[in-house]
This record gives sequence, C-alpha cells and structure tokens, in this order.
Amino acid sequence: MIMNSLYYQKKLSRNVGDKFFTSLSVFCALIAILPLIFVVTYILIKGGSQITPELFTLEPNPPGDDLDAGGINPALVGTLVITTIASLISIPVGVGGGIYLAEYSKGGAFSRFIRFGVNVLAGVPSIIAGVFIYALIVSTKILFGSMYSGLAGGMALSILMLPTVIKTTDEGLKLVPNELRYASLGIGASMYTTILKITLPTAFRSIATGVVLGIARAAGETAPLIFTALFSYYYIVGIEDLFYEMGSLAVLIYNFALEPYDAQNKLAWAASFILVISILTVNIFSRILAAFTEKTKRV
Amino acid sequence: MEEKLTLFKNRKRFGIEKNIDLIFKNTALALSSLVAIVLFGIILVVFFQSFESFSRYGLNFLVTSEWNPVKDEYGAFTAIYGTLVTSLLSLLITIPLGVGTAIFITEDFVPKFVREIVGSFVELLAAIPSVVLGLWAIFVMEPFFREFFVFLHKFFGWIPLFSSEPAGRNSLLAILILVVMLLPIVTSIARDTLNQVPKKLRNAAYGIGASRWKTIFSVILPAALSGIMAGVLLALGRAMGETMAVTMIIGNSNAFSWSLLSPGYTISSMLANQFGEADGSQVSSLFYAAFVLMILSLVVNIFAQWLVKKFSLKY
Repeated sequence: MIMNSLYYQKKLSRNVGDKFFTSLSVFCALIAILPLIFVVTYILIKGGSQITPELFTLEPNPPGDDLDAGGINPALVGTLVITTIASLISIPVGVGGGIYLAEYSKGGAFSRFIRFGVNVLAGVPSIIAGVFIYALIVSTKILFGSMYSGLAGGMALSILMLPTVIKTTDEGLKLVPNELRYASLGIGASMYTTILKITLPTAFRSIATGVVLGIARAAGETAPLIFTALFSYYYIVGIEDLFYEMGSLAVLIYNFALEPYDAQNKLAWAASFILVISILTVNIFSRILAAFTEKTKRV
Repeated sequence: MEEKLTLFKNRKRFGIEKNIDLIFKNTALALSSLVAIVLFGIILVVFFQSFESFSRYGLNFLVTSEWNPVKDEYGAFTAIYGTLVTSLLSLLITIPLGVGTAIFITEDFVPKFVREIVGSFVELLAAIPSVVLGLWAIFVMEPFFREFFVFLHKFFGWIPLFSSEPAGRNSLLAILILVVMLLPIVTSIARDTLNQVPKKLRNAAYGIGASRWKTIFSVILPAALSGIMAGVLLALGRAMGETMAVTMIIGNSNAFSWSLLSPGYTISSMLANQFGEADGSQVSSLFYAAFVLMILSLVVNIFAQWLVKKFSLKY
C-alpha cells in the first residue's frame, strides 16, 4: 500500500483534473488554428479557381447582369500606388522619429510622451484615420481642388503605418550594442555619421523586417480608403490619376462582396486570393528571415 | 614636436560638420514630434467637425436611437450599444480561448515544433486583412451557422439576446468574426507574458507538490495576470474600432433590438456605411459618433498602457 503512493495514480482527483484541463487547453489550441485553415482553404479554392491572365490586365465591368466581370488591373495597380505613397510618407518620418527616440533622447519627459503617443496612435481605429483625412483633405479639396484621390488614401494609410515604423526603428536601434557607438565616436566620427554609417546599417535587417510587415498590413487595410481614395473602374495611366478616385484590392473586395451578382462575388474572391497570398508570403518570408538572423546574430 | 602640433591643430570639428550634426538631430526631433501633432490633430479635427451636432444634441445623442436623415434627427444609441455589446461579448469568448491556447504553447504537452507551428498559425491569422475575413464570413460562415441560429432561437428564444427570428446577417455573426480577429492578439500577448514568468516560480510550486494545473492556476497565471489584462484591453480597443469584417456581416440596421440574432450597427460600421454619401448635419453627426468611438478606444488604450507600466512583472 505504501509502495503504491510512489507511482502515478490515474484516479487521483488532482490527476483527473490535470488531464481535464490539459485536454481543454489542447481543445482551445485546435479551435484557434481552425479559422486560419478554413479561411486560407476557402480562399485557395474559391479564389484560386478564378485566376486567369485576363484578371491581371482588364478593367472590372460595372456590376450588373453582365456575366463577365472583367479583371482587377486598376485595383491591383491602385493598391501598389497607394501603399507606395503611404510608405514614402511614413518610412522617412517613422525612421527619423525612431532615430530621435533611440539615439538622441535621454529618457526624459518628451521621449516618454512620444513613445506613449506612438502606442496611442497605434490604437486609434483605422476608420478614424480615414475620417481625419476626409475632414482635412477630401472635404476641403486642398489638393488642387480634387476630392477623393489616391493621394488622400495614401496619406490615410501612412497614419496607420507610422506607429509601426517608429516602433520597429526604435526597438531595432536599441538592440545595437553601445560598444559600436563608442568605437565610432571614439575615432572622431560625429553623431550623424555614427548613426548613418554604423547604427542604422547594423539594425537594418530588423528595421526592414518590421517595415515590410507594416507595409503588408497596410496593403490589406480597407477602412481608411473607403471614403478617401473611394474606388475606380478605370486604368491608372499617368501621374495625374493620383488626384482622382483610385481603386484598391481591399475596397474592390468590400464593394464586390456586397454586390448581389455572382460574377462580382467571384472577382472579390480572386482579389482576396491575390491579396492574401502576397501578404502571407511576405509574412512567412520575413519570419524565416528573422529566425535566421536570430541564429546567426553576432555580438 | 612640430608634427604633434599639426596633429592637434584640427582637433576641433569643422563648423559645417557641427551644423550638419545639429540639422540632423533637429530633423529627427521634428519628425518624432510629428506623432504628437498627428495625434492631437486627429482629436481636434474630429472634435471640431462634430461641434455642430454636439451643440445641437448634447449628450442626448448618446442615448437616443433615432437616426433619420430625412427628419434631420440623429442619435447614436444603437451604434454605441452595438459597439459595446459586440466587443465585450466577443472578448468574453476570446479570453478563455486565447489564454488556453497561450498555455498550450508555453507548456510542454507536445513537442516544441508542434507548439511553434500552432503559434505561428495563430500569428498568421492576424495577417489576414479584415475585409477578407468579412468576405469569408458572408459566403462561408453565415450559411454554415444559419441552421444553428434557427435552433438557438427555437430553444433559447425566451432569453432576450436570442429573441428575434434569425434572418441573414446579424450581430452574433459579427461577434464570431471578431473572436477570430481578437484571438491572435490575446494569444500572442498572453504567450509572451507567460514566457516571462521565471522558471523558479514553477519549480518552487512543483517542489512543494503542486500538480501542473494547480501551478498554472495558483502561480503562473496570477504572476502573468497584468500582462494578460493589458493584452485583453488592447484587444478590446481593437474590437471597438474594427470596421470592415463587422460592417460586412452585422447587417447594418439602426433599429434597436436587444437580440443578437437581428441585424445591428456599430459606430465604425455606421461610419463606413454612411460617410461616403452623407451631407449637411448628418456629416457632423457622423463626426460626433466618430469622436465617441475615438474617446472610447483612447480610454481603453491609455488604461492598458497604464496597467502595463504599473503592474509589469518585477521578477
């Protein structure tokens, strides 16, 4: 009898309880991975079957009984243009701001306030960014009299990207060992040379990963675009199109998912396929790169 | 001797280099202040645009549910109620699921690579754009749950939450899609906090004879509570502001109903739906609603940050 107490007893209430909670936690994990599997499978099947060469070259047809919905070329180009504009605004601002926080600030009230502001800005609902740009740019027609425009859409997206870029720059630079800075300053380099030639290049990979993930996230954002860039059925041909309504994959999915016509719904699935595949590819690739960097990290 | 002097002659920096240094620093300073400017800009712009509606309806706006552009009467109660109910209920489902998953990832029930796969699956879920989840919800989730909702109404119809006849898109579907969106946030923050709990706490608990789950419930989870709470609050902020997936599946009706099986509205879905074609005092009322949403999410966010600072793990 006494010997038995040394062995694992299945029926003991604590062991039964442990088994129960362990299976509960495994159950939670199973439920948690189900949505990704379901969503990706449906997009691969429903979207993948719509992929044709014409999809990439044609304009979408206006919704109607027309069985042929056309392609998504304007939306695809529009997404590229709008995210490029957003990146062109938010990367310089964000990297510059991050440099100040990590390299110059000495943990005083100002930098604490800015870091706090970055976190708050990251929590601002994405639709509020759209509302803000609408009030500031679209309704005032401040951009040479144009109302809804791709440029305004890019600005709205840049507000969403800004906190991500600042945060990754700040954190990436903080990981650079101080010895490198001392060495550079010690041989007489000025502060800006040290930052541009030593610290930024050292932190480049981690910053780049974060920024690329931020861009991927912005590419799928819809809420800031629906009343800043609006939507367009026509090809983007020149620089002047920046000042007119511009389509994007995300808004195309939104608009066409709500259409009662089957042809438009299919186009929405096809656009989702392209969007999700590119976003997941970027994510997985940068994850692998980050894991690789971790393993080969010097210092 | 002679040589040394020439060496030290240039030991001061050139004026131009100093200036470049200064310019560089001040540019960085200006760029970082831009964050604060944008943040205050957003708050001020939305506030001033909503001023007309604010002075007309005052706080009544928050408690009346009439939204009638024809009669020019506006009240956002339905949308505010919808925002709070969908976000809180979805959080209620997400917390146990997310924390359970986080425990699964941080404990060693299964080999490490399985846990890593589960972890990255959950994180990849966060990368799916919300508009795509909305599309999926419309065409896959809604038909899938249709029968279930009929069943729910038939047997639990006496509960006010299920009291209406289910017809297509409704608030409950919005709650379910929100769960999908919040799960990665809660899970990844809970996982990070659980990983930070020092191993010696666990070993001490094991040493005095606690079972694994006794340890988790009495030692690990309480130690990680503040971090998990902060993650939950961040998720709440995200849920309140989430627009696309909710707009596509909630049904967008301003008729107030307690029932989750009838179409509803949230502030963000109202904005997404009406902003494009609104004019006159409707625009101002929409800005007012946007202001309410912003204040709600700011409060939640600031509270979350305060919580992190105040109760961050001190081991």
